[in-house]
Amino acid sequence: MKYVKILGLMLVIGASSVNAETKVHEHQLKNGLKILVKEDHRSPVVVSQVWYKVGSSYEPNGITGISHMLEHMMFKGTDKLQPGEFSRIIAANGGNENAFTGRDYTAYFQTMEKSRLPVSFELEADRMRNLNLLDEELKKELQVVYEERRMRTDDNPRAKTQEHFTAMAYSNSPYKNPIIGWPSDIENYTIEDLKAWYQRWYAPNNATLVVVGDVEPKAVFSLAEKYFGELKPSEIVAIKPQQEVPQLGIRRMVVKVPAKLPYLVMGYKVPVLKTSEHEWEAYALEVMAGILDGGSSARLETNLVRGKQLAVSVGAGYGLASRLDELFMLEGTPVQGKTANDLEVALKEEIEKLKYELVKQDELQRIKAQVLANAIYERDSMFYQGMQMGMLETVGLGWQKEKEYVKKVSEVTAEQVREVAQKYFKDDSLSVAYLDPQPIAEQKTEKTNEGAN
Amino acid sequence: MRIFLLLVLMAISPLNWAAAKIETWQTPKGSRVFYIYAQDLPMADIRITFDAGSARDGAQHGLAALTSGLLDTGAGKWSADELAQRFESVGANFGTSVSRDTASLSLRTLTDPPLFDKAVETMKTILTQPVFNQADFDREKNRTLAALKHRESSPSALADLTFNKVVYGDHPYAHSSAGEIETVTALTADDLKKFYKQYYVSANALVVIVGDLTKKQAAKTAEDLLAELPAGQKPADIPEVSLPANAKLQHIEFPSTQTHVLSGIPGMHRKDEDYFALYVGNHILGGGGLVSRLFEEVREKRGLAYSASSSFAPMFRKGAFSMGLQTRNDQTQQALDVMTQTLADFIETGPTEAELEAAKKNLTGGFVMRFDTNSKLAGYAEMIGFYGLPLDYLDTFPEKVLALTVNDIKDAFKRRVDPKLLQTVTVGEAVKLREK
Repeated sequence: MKYVKILGLMLVIGASSVNAETKVHEHQLKNGLKILVKEDHRSPVVVSQVWYKVGSSYEPNGITGISHMLEHMMFKGTDKLQPGEFSRIIAANGGNENAFTGRDYTAYFQTMEKSRLPVSFELEADRMRNLNLLDEELKKELQVVYEERRMRTDDNPRAKTQEHFTAMAYSNSPYKNPIIGWPSDIENYTIEDLKAWYQRWYAPNNATLVVVGDVEPKAVFSLAEKYFGELKPSEIVAIKPQQEVPQLGIRRMVVKVPAKLPYLVMGYKVPVLKTSEHEWEAYALEVMAGILDGGSSARLETNLVRGKQLAVSVGAGYGLASRLDELFMLEGTPVQGKTANDLEVALKEEIEKLKYELVKQDELQRIKAQVLANAIYERDSMFYQGMQMGMLETVGLGWQKEKEYVKKVSEVTAEQVREVAQKYFKDDSLSVAYLDPQPIAEQKTEKTNEGAN
Repeated sequence: MRIFLLLVLMAISPLNWAAAKIETWQTPKGSRVFYIYAQDLPMADIRITFDAGSARDGAQHGLAALTSGLLDTGAGKWSADELAQRFESVGANFGTSVSRDTASLSLRTLTDPPLFDKAVETMKTILTQPVFNQADFDREKNRTLAALKHRESSPSALADLTFNKVVYGDHPYAHSSAGEIETVTALTADDLKKFYKQYYVSANALVVIVGDLTKKQAAKTAEDLLAELPAGQKPADIPEVSLPANAKLQHIEFPSTQTHVLSGIPGMHRKDEDYFALYVGNHILGGGGLVSRLFEEVREKRGLAYSASSSFAPMFRKGAFSMGLQTRNDQTQQALDVMTQTLADFIETGPTEAELEAAKKNLTGGFVMRFDTNSKLAGYAEMIGFYGLPLDYLDTFPEKVLALTVNDIKDAFKRRVDPKLLQTVTVGEAVKLREK
């Protein structure tokens, strides 16, 4: 009876997700620039994103973080524009803008009232080929990036633990390096390094232009032709595969940093959509992440935070859209009186259960219901829709994968979840890090400016 | 000349785009409803907001937050597990939150009737029949205490905490919503029940509904949700915020590579007469993302910090005006000097005509992006409803920005931001700050 009811519910959600879907229009310029357009006419707004196929996983040792450094320098002037002028023009046109760097991509975006799209195209086309990299600007911006690293990683005990953990977990995969780069690499970038990196990767045939908003696809294509059409393509030499060697046993580490609470990170080596032998394996891993951590009703929160009360917080994560093999991550903070080791044992028990007991149908359906609903909620954000297309295209999966996602996840069976759990979740491919909190001695000093007013 | 005309037209064109229509009414029990019809996606956002934020904690800091956090851990006949399963089986997202002024329950759900009905029924039970079980209370209290301990390892969190303490003194805005280890340790489940009974009442409730529901459906939903809440009373207004008597500098020694710097004073409230002048002025001073004076002086010219900005945080009473940055420990004095000087210059001479023009173009040109998602619309409806702003707040926003002059801004900053009263907090390692 219950089963029938759930099936009915799935059909209802399924129907609405079909209604909500909109088409992606694709076009390629002669110089190789790929353009993806998705119409969203809810507001007179347009999001424009330029995605380059380069990120920290493309970087050789010695210049780790250079993709991110170059991202900063992209705001520092071209043959036509002064440093900072790019941002002033976007601001004067009411735009929001920024950029972000990942392991597999570097992306730049503007969100603007729809009539301003030409402004965005003109500026992005200009800095795609005509960046003016100046030594004195690099000197200043390098300090900014170093401050960014201090803020995000060096003074953040959990981020620091994750950085050390990742460097241990991978043997030779470039995913072992932090996106922002290692400190001594950041300190030693030269302007020549940046010029070489820019020349090597910034070209129309290594980029995807994604536009989402209140636009007409054909008009966007001709506008793109007008601004990007004249740009010369480069010869892009493919990077080496750098496939991670198989891990031959559990890896453990302790990270001692000033902190108040212990913390645990664990990761199992797993394939992604792009690298898995069978595509369903990646979707089954995605469902497995949902069973463990897909909301407050998922197993980790139900069993470890509420049931056994071992953790104050706990999580699991897997990204199926990476370019290279990934880590399926588990992390958490034990409650007072419990240790990181207690939590590790409990997390492993949860993994073991998935290996030997089939997931119940209603639990599986709950994960799928959330995936279906989220596919609709995500459409409330044009930016997010653009992100998904840009990311999938840039890692080489193709934007079409976004359309398949809901269907493929719905097709995952309990047996498939058990199969990937058995196949990939072995101690020999596990890495574990414990944060061992070191004391923080706080002191206050106060000065009052008496009678200053 | 043609370019000039084009820019002027562009700056004004958003005025023709009407912001979404907000409709408002009262439920039979006296709760206010704010509704926006958004039909494009088969979903709805529902928020129920009470004047029950941490400013209502009294001496029991953390009471409002823990009360809010306990709501969905057991309600009616359902346990925390069952409540979570009910929402997630229909793909709904539910959460509770508190700010200094407000406590909210938020639901995002699909609007297909069987899914919608189950989600709303669950929300209603959480709102009207929370049980505050001892076991759930103990667990959530321990989790809060762990979070409070964890924040002591973050220099930025410590800077925030200390800044609010020095800016607000003994005002209810002075403490953080999460409370402190001592005050949270002292809380009991009965304290929470009492707080809930007093503040989670119809007269103190505001309902926001945005989504693919007709006005009739929205009215019925609001009425159903609140039907079983007692009428109760709206609490008396919290006291005014007074300005500090003199400038203060507080340093906290902390083993970090950067020093976090915050400096400011009580700024403005939501219905402030100077709201637009201060808002636009701050946009120029340090609020404008990648383009502002602070960003230019601290980051672009000197590379002293990754982020350097200023903000007003208007609330029911005066929220803080604050300037903030983080810099390598040994550069703290230099960065603080640059920040203070940038403010002093701005107050002394105000923005330039060109800066004001650029800010106007930015704010009016990007006006439509303020409400281009259901989430943002729900946020505006809640703000307009809670603070009693005019329903045409969004529609009149561009004209109010465009009407400002350099003198308006200069005058407002002179009257409202006295650099001699700045409360400054630094958290980091071994910096020697010279006395001013």
